[in-house]
Amino acid sequence: MKDNDATLRTVAPIVVGILVLALWEIGCRAGHVPTYLFPKPSEIATSLYTQWPVLLHALWSTLLVTIEAFVIAVVVGTLIAFVFVQSKLIEVSLFPYAVLAQVTPIVAVAPLIILLVKNTEISLTICATVIAIFPIISNTTIGLRTVDPGLLSYFRMNKASRLEILLRLRIPSALPYFLAGLRVASGLALIGAVVAEFVAGTGGRSAGLAYQILQAGFQLDIPLMFAALLLIAVTGVLLYLLMVALTKALLGNWHESAVAEER
Amino acid sequence: MIETERTGDGTNAQPPATGEPVVALSQVDKVFANGMRGLEPIDLRILPGEFVSLIGPSGCGKSTLLKLIANLIQPTSGEIRWWGGDFDHVGTAGRRLSFVFQDPTLMPWARVGANVRLPLELAGTPSSEIASRVAAALAHVGLTKFEQHYPRQLSGGMRMRTSIARSLVTNPDVLLMDEPFGALDEFTRNKLDDDLVRLSIENHLTTVFVTYSLYEAVFLSTRVVVMAAHPGRIFQEFVVDEPPARSEEFRTSTRFAQQCRALSEILTAAAHASGNDEIA
Repeated sequence: MKDNDATLRTVAPIVVGILVLALWEIGCRAGHVPTYLFPKPSEIATSLYTQWPVLLHALWSTLLVTIEAFVIAVVVGTLIAFVFVQSKLIEVSLFPYAVLAQVTPIVAVAPLIILLVKNTEISLTICATVIAIFPIISNTTIGLRTVDPGLLSYFRMNKASRLEILLRLRIPSALPYFLAGLRVASGLALIGAVVAEFVAGTGGRSAGLAYQILQAGFQLDIPLMFAALLLIAVTGVLLYLLMVALTKALLGNWHESAVAEER
Repeated sequence: MIETERTGDGTNAQPPATGEPVVALSQVDKVFANGMRGLEPIDLRILPGEFVSLIGPSGCGKSTLLKLIANLIQPTSGEIRWWGGDFDHVGTAGRRLSFVFQDPTLMPWARVGANVRLPLELAGTPSSEIASRVAAALAHVGLTKFEQHYPRQLSGGMRMRTSIARSLVTNPDVLLMDEPFGALDEFTRNKLDDDLVRLSIENHLTTVFVTYSLYEAVFLSTRVVVMAAHPGRIFQEFVVDEPPARSEEFRTSTRFAQQCRALSEILTAAAHASGNDEIA
C-alpha cells in the first residue's frame, strides 16, 4: 500500500508533464505558431542541446551566487536569531530593520548595491542574501522561543545552565522551525540571484541564467530563453527537494511534519 | 479550621511516621503578582515515608502548594525548610527531590532511554554509572523493551511511565507529583497507581501527590490533606487507615468504600466552605 502510494506520487506528475508537453507540441504544429512567438518543446530541447556549453556556464554562475547567498543567509540569519533571543530589548530594537530589509523590493535596492560594490559576483550575492535571510531570522527566533514550558521548568529544576538549556532544549525545539525557514530561504536565494542578475545584466555585467534570458530576448532567440528558464526552474526544484530530504533526515523520527503516516 | 480526623477505631494501622520532617512549611502563604491570594498562611509537615495527597476544589491552591514545596515558586511570606535547612542543600545524597508533571514533558526528539538519562547527564553523573541506572529505572516501570522508542511511538500511559522512570533514575527521596495520571483513562490510572504504591515502598519514597480523584487519594495515601478554595487553605486532614502496601484487594474492599465515603463528606464540606473569588 505504501509502495503503491510512493509510485503514484512519482508517476502521476510525470504522466501529466508528458501529456502537457505532447499537447503543446501538437498544438504549436497544428496552429503553425511561429518559433519567435512560442517555441515548440522540441525546439527548446534542441536549443538546450546545442547551446549547452553556454547554458552550463550560466547555470554554474547562477548556482554559485545562489548557494553562496543561501549559506551566508543561514549562518548570519541563525546568528542574528541567537542574538535576538538573548534579550527582548535587542529583538525589539533590531527586528523592524530585518522587516525593512525584507519588505523593500530587491529590484529597487539591487541597482544601488551593484553600483556600490564593483565585483559583480559579490554584489549579486549580497542582493540574494538580503532576501533569503529573513525567513531564517524569523523562523529561528520563533523556534528558539517556542519551548515546552514544562520541559523548561524541568531543566531549570535540574539546575541546567543556560548553555545546557540552549543546546539540549532550545536548539532541538527550534529545529523544525529552522528547517521550514531553510526551505523558504533556498527558494528566495535563487529568486534573489536571478533578480539581481537581471538588474546587473541590463548594465551588461553578469553571466548567469537571467543574463542569458535577457541576451536571448534581445536576439529574439526564444527557444534559448525557454531553455534558460527551464534550468532555473529545475534548479529551484532540486534545491527544494534537497531541503525536504534534509528535513526528513533530521526530523523523520520524531516531528509530526516529517513522520511518515502510519497504517 | 485545621483538625486531624482519625478514622476507623481511632488508631493508625501503620506505625506513625516519625523523624525529622522532610519538608516543613510554617506560615507559608502565596499572593500572586496580580494581587490574588493563592494561599492563606499554612503549616504543613511531611514526614519521611509518608504518602500525602493534596485534594480539593479547583482554586484551592493544591498545585501552588506543591510548587512551593518543589521550590518552583517562592512563598510571599513564611518559611519552608527541607530536611531542616534551606533549598541550597537539596539535591545532595539523601536529600533529593523529583517532580513529575501533569504531562509527561518528554523531549520528543529523544528516545525513551535518552529522556530517562537526562537528569543524570545534567547532574554530571559519570557515564559508566548512567547506563546501569537508566536500565534499572526502566525495569522499575516495565519499559525495558522500549528504550530505543521515541515518545510518539508510546501510549499515554507508557509516556507517563517514562516520565516516572526519569524521576526515579536520580534515586530521589521525595517524589512530588502534580496530577500525574489526570489525563489517563481509569484502567491505565489504576495500573499506574498500583505501580506507584510498589515503587514508593521499594524505593522508600516520601511522596506528595496532587489529585482530583478521591478514590486515587484513598488508594495511594497514608494521609490526605483536604483543601478549600478562595482563599486556598488547608481544610482538614484525613489519615487513611490501611497499611501502605496496598493492592487490588484494598480497592474492592468495604474498608476502601467506607474511607472513600468519609473523605467524600469532608470534600463536600470543603467545597461548601470555599468562597467566591472575592478577597476575604
